[in-house]
Amino acid sequence: MALRTRFELKMGMATREAFGRALVELGRENPNVMAVDADLSKSTFTHLFAKEFPERFVSCGIAEANMVGVAAGLAGHGKIPFAASFSCFLLNKAFEQLRVTVAYPNANVKIVGTHSGISIGEDGPSQMSVEEISLACSLPGFVVLAPADEVATRALVRAAAAHVGPVFIRTGRPKAPVVYPPEQEFEIGRAIEVLEGSDLTIIANGLMVAEAIRAAELLEGEGVSARVLDMHTVKPLDREAVRRAAAETGAIVVAEEHLVDSGTGVRVAQAVVELQPCPMEFVGIQNTYAESGPPEALLEKYGLTAPHIAAAARKALARKRGR
Amino acid sequence: MQPKRSLEELEAIAKQIRRHIVEMTGAAKSGHPGGSLSSVEILVTLFFGGVLRHDPARPDWPERDRFILSKGHGAPALYAVLAECGYAAAPRDRLKTLRKLGSPYQGHPDKRFLPVLETSTGSLGQGLSVAMGMGFAARLNGSPSRTYVLLGDGEIQEGQIWEAAMFGAFHKIDNVAAIVDYNKMQLDGFIKDIMELEPLVAKWQAFGWHTIELDGHSIPALQAAFAQAAAVRGKPTVIIAHTVKGKGVSFMENNPKFHGVAPTPEEVELALKELA
Repeated sequence: MALRTRFELKMGMATREAFGRALVELGRENPNVMAVDADLSKSTFTHLFAKEFPERFVSCGIAEANMVGVAAGLAGHGKIPFAASFSCFLLNKAFEQLRVTVAYPNANVKIVGTHSGISIGEDGPSQMSVEEISLACSLPGFVVLAPADEVATRALVRAAAAHVGPVFIRTGRPKAPVVYPPEQEFEIGRAIEVLEGSDLTIIANGLMVAEAIRAAELLEGEGVSARVLDMHTVKPLDREAVRRAAAETGAIVVAEEHLVDSGTGVRVAQAVVELQPCPMEFVGIQNTYAESGPPEALLEKYGLTAPHIAAAARKALARKRGR
Repeated sequence: MQPKRSLEELEAIAKQIRRHIVEMTGAAKSGHPGGSLSSVEILVTLFFGGVLRHDPARPDWPERDRFILSKGHGAPALYAVLAECGYAAAPRDRLKTLRKLGSPYQGHPDKRFLPVLETSTGSLGQGLSVAMGMGFAARLNGSPSRTYVLLGDGEIQEGQIWEAAMFGAFHKIDNVAAIVDYNKMQLDGFIKDIMELEPLVAKWQAFGWHTIELDGHSIPALQAAFAQAAAVRGKPTVIIAHTVKGKGVSFMENNPKFHGVAPTPEEVELALKELA
């Protein structure tokens, strides 16, 4: 039997690079778009924007708290600032500023975290961000986005600029497999069904969308039809897509490159419990910090690859079937 | 825009603001009267003394000057000033709803309830950064808009203030003026006993700021300082305003108790007599 899910997952650019390129595009179209950075522009790819629009690039030095306040001030004069740094520094060091000067007065500030998750690799846990989805989602009014590939990132960076209000975009360091055709459309708050399926649903975002597709292929070899949903918007969550997944497939696995007890999975579970209870399993980082190492090896060791997702799917399916 | 007012008129407004502060915090039975009273002349000079370019009839005027109360606990003073200015969003007859459910006059400045605010504050140390962003954007826009930000003295113990101070000098944000309400006291007692700030002027100078030191209760001195700040090019200005906590009410002056404790009904009555 031919695998209906056979995807050619070619390697694309890192989502952080896709962000940097999308920001330059936006800068050309809208003179109010600005970049704000804290001495990591070569890593966040805002250096591309700085090169083309030096007057609209705001260097803050290594001072994330001030950077977020400055971005809020820029927004106060009608600018659309994109403040970028490693996710762990932005969300942890400047959380208080995101709360009081961005979320609370509803400032039109866009926060872009790069180097999210453990796939940054060798730099190790002090630079790894495994809690920022939780932190960003805890800010009232924030939109929280976790794009899977370069196509999704470009589209969602543009959607963030068009949205009035605070947005957090989670991007990663390593090159990411291309999941989407270039013309794919994205809407904030609307999940995308990447693969059709009827036996269970795998909900994922970021790098884990590609792993979810690979897991679906493994499962298909066993005669299991897995739906894959890209939950690129964690907040506001697409509750209707979750309800349909629960009602139509009867079992859900959530896979994320984030602490498993505080990220996308628990938010999906909240919707499932409220709307359509069904067996669920969760793939993510357990109650720990990771370590240095090659990204692929880390993802494998910490349980974030396709075989782990497939194993969770088998468990969910067994529960659904009462075994 | 605001009409030109004499010193006598400005001092009368200051006295009226003080009466409001006493009545508001008395009615609320909580709040921060001490640091509100110390900042009155600073706010009156800005809003009524020909400094801040603002128009209560057009709060959304894009080229208005911005004011940020970074020491958000001084909110009663700002609320009274906005009400006396005649902002529709800040009705005078609701001042005594301070800290009550649904009031525009929340415990600390909240833009959701009082939309004429430029931002929300209350967690110390953050307003200077926002002011820096506003100054940067105004310059980029070619706007004449200037930004004023009032800092508490205890507040500048926060590290973020000094991140913003570095930013302001580096980016030559000369359309921002910060004022330190230097009343020498914070919640737990005297600044010198909690975390000394001196040498304060030298600190700001070392960070590359233009500094002006003055009596923060002298309206003419404040007017001259704001004029000087507007003429400074290439660096931001900080005005170190020596003030008296609880200024204007004898039993509140220099009394740390009134940092965060409201006057009793009897104390309100006594205070209003002094401010008659």
